[in-house]
Amino acid sequence: MTGRRPFWLFTALAFGYAFLYLPIVTLIVYSFNDSRLVTVWGGFSTRWYGELLRNEQILAALWLSVRIAAMNATFATVLGTLAALTLVRFARFRTRMLFAGMVAAPLVMPEVILGLSALLMFVTLEQMVGWPAGRGMTTITIAHITFTTAFVAVVVQSRLSQLDGSLEEAAMDLGARPWKVFLVIILPIISPALIAGWLLGFTLSMDDLVIASFVSGPGATTLPMVIYSSVRMGVSPQVNALATIIVVVVSTGVVVAGWLLHRQGRRRQS
Amino acid sequence: MPQPRRDPASLESWQDPDARPFLEIRGVTKVFDGATYAVDDVSLKIFRGEFFSLLGASGCGKSTLLRMLAGLERCTQGHILIEDEDITDLPPFERPVNMMFQSYALFPHMTVEQNVAFGLRQEKLSRQEIRTRVGEMLELVRMTGFARRKPDQLSGGQRQRVALARSLAKQPKLLLLDEPLGALDRKLRESTQFELVNIQERVGTTFIMVTHDQEEAMTMSTRLAVMDAGRILQVGTPSEVYEYPANRFVAEFIGAANLFDGRVASADGDRVTIQSEGAPSDIVMHHPQPLAIGTPVTVALRPEKIRLLDEPPPEDVNWIRGTVREIGYLGDVSIYHVGTEGGLTVQVQVTNRGRRTSGPLTWDDVVCLGWDADAGVVLPA
Repeated sequence: MTGRRPFWLFTALAFGYAFLYLPIVTLIVYSFNDSRLVTVWGGFSTRWYGELLRNEQILAALWLSVRIAAMNATFATVLGTLAALTLVRFARFRTRMLFAGMVAAPLVMPEVILGLSALLMFVTLEQMVGWPAGRGMTTITIAHITFTTAFVAVVVQSRLSQLDGSLEEAAMDLGARPWKVFLVIILPIISPALIAGWLLGFTLSMDDLVIASFVSGPGATTLPMVIYSSVRMGVSPQVNALATIIVVVVSTGVVVAGWLLHRQGRRRQS
Repeated sequence: MPQPRRDPASLESWQDPDARPFLEIRGVTKVFDGATYAVDDVSLKIFRGEFFSLLGASGCGKSTLLRMLAGLERCTQGHILIEDEDITDLPPFERPVNMMFQSYALFPHMTVEQNVAFGLRQEKLSRQEIRTRVGEMLELVRMTGFARRKPDQLSGGQRQRVALARSLAKQPKLLLLDEPLGALDRKLRESTQFELVNIQERVGTTFIMVTHDQEEAMTMSTRLAVMDAGRILQVGTPSEVYEYPANRFVAEFIGAANLFDGRVASADGDRVTIQSEGAPSDIVMHHPQPLAIGTPVTVALRPEKIRLLDEPPPEDVNWIRGTVREIGYLGDVSIYHVGTEGGLTVQVQVTNRGRRTSGPLTWDDVVCLGWDADAGVVLPA
């Protein structure tokens, strides 16, 4: 009995981890495959990494995606924080319920609908006021901002509502004007939530395929679009190499962030 | 509870009719949602150097009044003047007033030093000056060794002292304290009471404290105001309020009181005779104001001013007979709940002089209780 329980526990754990990580491990292993066919092992090689670095199309798409994601994350953080402040600080105004619902709506709205409605809006706008002229990076960024703002607002709102209201009052009492109170007291305290919101916005934008497909135009192909279209024409092992690089970058980021948080927490306790 | 020693000369300003009040609250009212009167037409005069307490149960409006003094709430009506200057409409960051918050509200991302310096930074003082003042303040509250710590590395008592230092750093004309000892445990609270009074005497700032703890208010204040339902019921020194409560509510709120309802039967100079259904004998009390015969009144007697008698007094006034129902042994004193023949319960406090495991009485003993004519007050019913 005592010998069997750890065995079953271990098996269950192994299955769980296999379910989560086996696909990624397979992908990483095959990125070092020498064969042109993705599913046939042809010996170890790093040639696809080399070819990836010479693939102008993928590199351009990656650069475009990074720029869109960074811009989107920044704007969404600003707008989401303002929305969260409005919801937390002004506990009662007439259209509060409506506003709260509208801020949160993109969280539950199907992406297809978001993409389609954004596309229709851009087309109409172009016909009526001439802006945005055509579709491309600008329209993708705007569409991304509209849906990631909701996520940032949720993250920041939860942090703000935990904040002791008398902190602001104390700062004002000590002679700081409201704007300064926001900059010197509120912002530093909610900065972890702002960073989390920014990273979330960046990731959501980096990995969005559906909305980007609707609102992009010729010449503006994001990374997920390139990967998806190349898979349709048969997977190139270059995509495996690219995915491996992304996995490595992301997991390094997660480990570093975790380590920093852990260190901060320990320093606070001591 | 011993009282901290105070300089008597500085305390009597409220008795001097020509003294100019330092802070004047004129008919201040605060209405929430158009219907709830949190503070209802409150007027007060507070003098320089006072340690004034607003005492009341939670929800009586004392904190709202304090927040209006700080500028954190707007007055619906009325005016607040400091040294004859109207500050009613000044925002909190322009008032010569600082506040110590109940939660202390220390900025979690700043060190102790930065917290104390925050107010001084807003005044654009020089770096050197700020450093000197912060040093002085930390010394005042004995926190010099903790300057580089963050608030979450401090104990409750240490945080309280940092909050005090921060609110005093700008040398405000008036310091407001919202339940300053509320978050401390009992032992620490008692020692901190004295420390707070000593600091107040040293810096000479006028303090206004909000508290629900009557013992705290009695020990620390020069004067106190008892509040209920947004109104001030009585203002006076702790001993005035305790010995001469103005009405039933104050008598019962500050300390314990035995109340006898009755009517004035006869009045002779400053002595009134009262007949009460609860007491078999007449009650004779000192009362300086004349009272008409037949006026309904309440006699309030403190438990420690009632004595245990062996037999009824010869003049047959101011006594009552009853049976011991409950005994509360508190070590230094015992409290007896005596059920009278008239159906009342009278509380008697007896000092335990001898060393016994119980007091001189036990349950179901029949006792006589007596008191002097100046042991209590006659309140209008």
